[in-house]
Amino acid sequence: MSTPEFSLWIFLSSIIAGLLGSLTGLGGGVVIVPVLTVLFHVDIHYAIGASLVSVIATSSGAAAAYVREGYSNIRIGMFLEIATTVGALFGAWLTTRVPTHAIGIVFGVVLLYSAYASVRMKHREHGADKPDPLATRLRMNGTMPTAEGPESYVAQRVPAGFSLMFLAGSLSGLLGIGSGAVKVLAMDQAMRLPFKVSTTTSNFMIGVTAAASAGIYLSRGYISPGLAMPVMLGVLGGSLVGSKILVHAHVRILRIVFAVVIVALGLEMMINSIAGKL
Amino acid sequence: MQVTDQKLEIAIGRMLQAGVLLAAAVVLIGGVLYLRQETGLRPDYSHFTGVVERLRSPAEIVTNALHGRARSIIQLGLLLLIATPIARVALAAVGFFLERDHLYVWVSLIVLAVLLYSLLHAF
Repeated sequence: MSTPEFSLWIFLSSIIAGLLGSLTGLGGGVVIVPVLTVLFHVDIHYAIGASLVSVIATSSGAAAAYVREGYSNIRIGMFLEIATTVGALFGAWLTTRVPTHAIGIVFGVVLLYSAYASVRMKHREHGADKPDPLATRLRMNGTMPTAEGPESYVAQRVPAGFSLMFLAGSLSGLLGIGSGAVKVLAMDQAMRLPFKVSTTTSNFMIGVTAAASAGIYLSRGYISPGLAMPVMLGVLGGSLVGSKILVHAHVRILRIVFAVVIVALGLEMMINSIAGKL
Repeated sequence: MQVTDQKLEIAIGRMLQAGVLLAAAVVLIGGVLYLRQETGLRPDYSHFTGVVERLRSPAEIVTNALHGRARSIIQLGLLLLIATPIARVALAAVGFFLERDHLYVWVSLIVLAVLLYSLLHAF
């Protein structure tokens, strides 16, 4: 296969990954890494390097649209970014210490969890308004728009959320993904924030988290321009189209279809890792 | 307070969008040049060796990109992309300072320090 032909295939796969990632809220990174490793036999280090830069692009590209909706909370995001960026440094450090097949197995587990979370998890529409002393001191409260006017919420269980964010950051640095599923878990389940606040704030945090490990990836030579170029442009393009055509009517069916794809990729990755083929 | 937060978020959102569009444009230019040069067999990515040294350090990437080398131009676009969220944190620090929210000025500066440590430690 020639270079332009190969680049075109990668570009088209990345568009689909970005489209599905944005329609289901899982992000493109979680799909593109197994596609590159399992289908195109790309070494996982190059795959996570290309994925990480596409993650920064989609997070930043979607931010302007999310801000307009008025759900994201800049203070909660910034405070939790302390945990995710330190976690990302730790994760990027781990990539040199952990054998390749172990990275593949961890990736498979995260894929299976993401698929489960996108289909099964119950989301809270409303936040808690019970005062929490630590959250109040850290000004982790806010209001969000609803049909009945502005509704206020206060974060709960900040230490639990902070710890989960460290985990999310570590996975992001280790696997080159945004780990939006774990970030939403931290805010939605642990900190009991309204779902819309969790997802939009998570999007804001993903770019900053990924930037923390991107410098390390670049200096280690994980970011190959010939591969990162079609992946970044494709995932970005696909996710921008996805956010425009987001129709709520079919999201449920789409989530289930996508979850099946993710489970298949996750299992394939784990099997390949155990067999030492990754 | 709420109005100012909203304004800060809108400014940040616009900055992120501008950064991404600029980065994508540079990557696209580099990509077109790259594909016009590289018409032979596809590179082998199945064994990890790491990209060559001049595509790793920001200083060398900038120098080589200015000389019109295709792969360095792509890397320059990716560097701009990595810089975008870092600039976002710096902008938030300034915004919180203007809001006189000193706690969050410090929080932003801690995040900024971690990000810069990552870049400086790496090179």
